[in-house]
Amino acid sequence: MVKVTFVSSDGTRREVAVAEGETAREAALFNNVPGIDGDCGGVCACATCHVHVDPAWIDRVGRLEQGNAEAELLQFAEGANEYSRLACQIPMLTKLEGLILHVPEQQY
Amino acid sequence: MSTDTIEPDMMEPDTAEKIATIPIGDIDVARPSLYQKDTIGLFFDRLRKEEPVHYCRESYVGPYWSITKFNDIMAVETNHKVFSSEAKLGGIAIQDMHSVEGALELEMFIAMDPPKHDQQRKAVSPAVAPSNLLLLEPTIRERACQILDDLPVGEDIDWVDKVSIELTTMTLATLFDFPWEERRKLTRWSDITTAAPETGIVESYEARRQELIECAMYFKGLWDQRVNEEPKNDLISIMAHSPATQNMPFLEFLGNLLLLIVGGNDTTRNSISGGVLALNQNPDEYRKLNDDPSLIASMVPEIIRWQTPLTHMRRTALQDWEIGGKQIRKGEKVVMWYLSGNRDDTVIDRADQFIIDRQNPRHHLSFGFGIHRCMGNRLAELQLRIVWEEIHKRFRKIEVTGEPERLLSNFVRGITKLPVRLHAR
Repeated sequence: MVKVTFVSSDGTRREVAVAEGETAREAALFNNVPGIDGDCGGVCACATCHVHVDPAWIDRVGRLEQGNAEAELLQFAEGANEYSRLACQIPMLTKLEGLILHVPEQQY
Repeated sequence: MSTDTIEPDMMEPDTAEKIATIPIGDIDVARPSLYQKDTIGLFFDRLRKEEPVHYCRESYVGPYWSITKFNDIMAVETNHKVFSSEAKLGGIAIQDMHSVEGALELEMFIAMDPPKHDQQRKAVSPAVAPSNLLLLEPTIRERACQILDDLPVGEDIDWVDKVSIELTTMTLATLFDFPWEERRKLTRWSDITTAAPETGIVESYEARRQELIECAMYFKGLWDQRVNEEPKNDLISIMAHSPATQNMPFLEFLGNLLLLIVGGNDTTRNSISGGVLALNQNPDEYRKLNDDPSLIASMVPEIIRWQTPLTHMRRTALQDWEIGGKQIRKGEKVVMWYLSGNRDDTVIDRADQFIIDRQNPRHHLSFGFGIHRCMGNRLAELQLRIVWEEIHKRFRKIEVTGEPERLLSNFVRGITKLPVRLHAR
């Protein structure tokens, strides 16, 4: 299992664990973390699992690659910035043990 | 959308037995009468089972491919480099957007590909972003209460006219801070934006052009007024003050504005009507709702799936492409039938049932997916949530007392009349 902490917009922290190789989206949905909708089923098609990766973690997670499908969707998301990623596109590998993700106030 | 250009065929199969015997190659789901009679589901059931990617050689809209399963629809929808929305190739509906002389072509980003689509959508989308909607919620709720408070209890009324249209128009007027007494102009402009003469909504393209010019002048007036005032939360003020939109050419501004109006009009109206009908057809679900109004949160997306207010979106193939084992050729018309994908039980559990407490209710196709996914999806949910919360406080039951009438259209899945009687709580 790999641990990940979701920080809500009101500051609430929730540490959850997920099997290695599952995505951060599954980590949130399987553990009822509020604020991650994931409408499309985890196939990078809706941008309702938008998270801001904690700046300390962004290089290990990897930044958005301009021009790919994830970046195309996130350009329309509210509050997107240089730390934005879609949780469905973050596989939870052991190198991400202890990852911190910030959940925006609302998904769009 | 113009759809009713063909005579309804009196010989059209309309029972399950007859529909089951049609040769699969002869099935044509473009026929608007199938939607008016509401037999369309039986046709899609067959296509999903027997030929989920189906080619119809001949129809009143010409040859077209039907994509009927959830995952195939998702594959087309997320592949915008192969499947184009471009208006000049035919656009986003099964019936081509024609360039008709005098028709006044409006530029809307729903019928554009990147990069122009992306720039325009980015400019307009903050207007309906969740944070902005929260500011508008109190006014939308207050006005919804007013409409519901004025309804007669215990009398037969038409829910569509008295409630669905009124609530939707009211919300649009609130969003645009549109002069209240003239709000039905918005409904009219929405109707004519998508109308062709054969629908009977407008007399001719010239008449439509005249009305759209009137609409343009009206919005020009509102724009000039808002640009000189302090910024406010309404969509026109946001567009007039935002650096991304304040210098937009006027016809682009008008096209985008009308897209917002059209996008929020028929869709919401028919979801409000469709929800009442679905609850009446499923009394156990109505009981669940009355026992636990917190289920409104999951009922709202379930209503949107169940109604599927837009039956489809269309794309045009930019190159040869294989999907579901079928070879689609460059230039061919590809129709993603959301109404069918939303009943695909290989993806959605008990897809043929209306269940207000589903586990994963937002996993439906009604808003589309990918870069063209409905920009107003959170607004749609907000409106429906307010409506149902306020209905629940006032009425024990909205009883459907007669047969609903449905719209003759293969694009808008519409309910034109729904007789009901209200029972006070």
